[in-house]
Amino acid sequence: MIRVKMIYFAQAREAAGTKSEEFSLDEKSSVETALSKAFETHPKLRPFEKSIKVALNEEITQNDAKLQEGDRVALLPPVVGG
Amino acid sequence: MDEDAGGIVLFVGTIRNQTKGKEVKGLEYEVYRPMAELQIARLEEEIRKRWPVKSIRLIHREGRLKVGEVSVVVAVSAMHREEAFEAARYAIDRIKESFPIWKREKFKGGRYAWVKGTPIQSYPASDRAISDSQTNSRETVRPRTRSLVEA
Repeated sequence: MIRVKMIYFAQAREAAGTKSEEFSLDEKSSVETALSKAFETHPKLRPFEKSIKVALNEEITQNDAKLQEGDRVALLPPVVGG
Repeated sequence: MDEDAGGIVLFVGTIRNQTKGKEVKGLEYEVYRPMAELQIARLEEEIRKRWPVKSIRLIHREGRLKVGEVSVVVAVSAMHREEAFEAARYAIDRIKESFPIWKREKFKGGRYAWVKGTPIQSYPASDRAISDSQTNSRETVRPRTRSLVEA
């Protein structure tokens, strides 16, 4: 098993009801695996599924990226700065 | 102060008191700080490659701000004004659209509403990060960041 840190922002943080949490996943899990578990654990996140982008260790990533122990997976709703 | 700079362009973003005719009391910013600092360092690096700027400094605030307060600062000095204006304009546009920052408006009565955003764009890695990623596919070399996000 590997442990990864899930981090939620803005609307995703509100929907998940937490800023971050730890998931234990099988070895060879991908970003997709972590996302599925997040949507399963927090059904209120589902409406954001299409609009969310994912950062793996602070870099925008694709869902098929493989995860390693200690990785940080952040769910990023559409952004607006300034 | 760079003595060979012929001008400084300073953009200061402030909190406006209304949105689409509705009174706004303030804004609350949420920032994915380590990622935003990395992106800002890369943006500075990119701007230095594209325009002959002398100095550049980008700052974005985090947390609750009241009407009239400063939320973002872009400061660019260059030998000539054209490149300083262009670089500053580019920087503020990127900060608005492609940084991990979210904001919600506070209305009368204390109600908050998220401001509609756009999907974050994958920021182009610097040349250095690309060449380093060929030797190590997982960890890209990151520019040195300083505390660019201020509470």
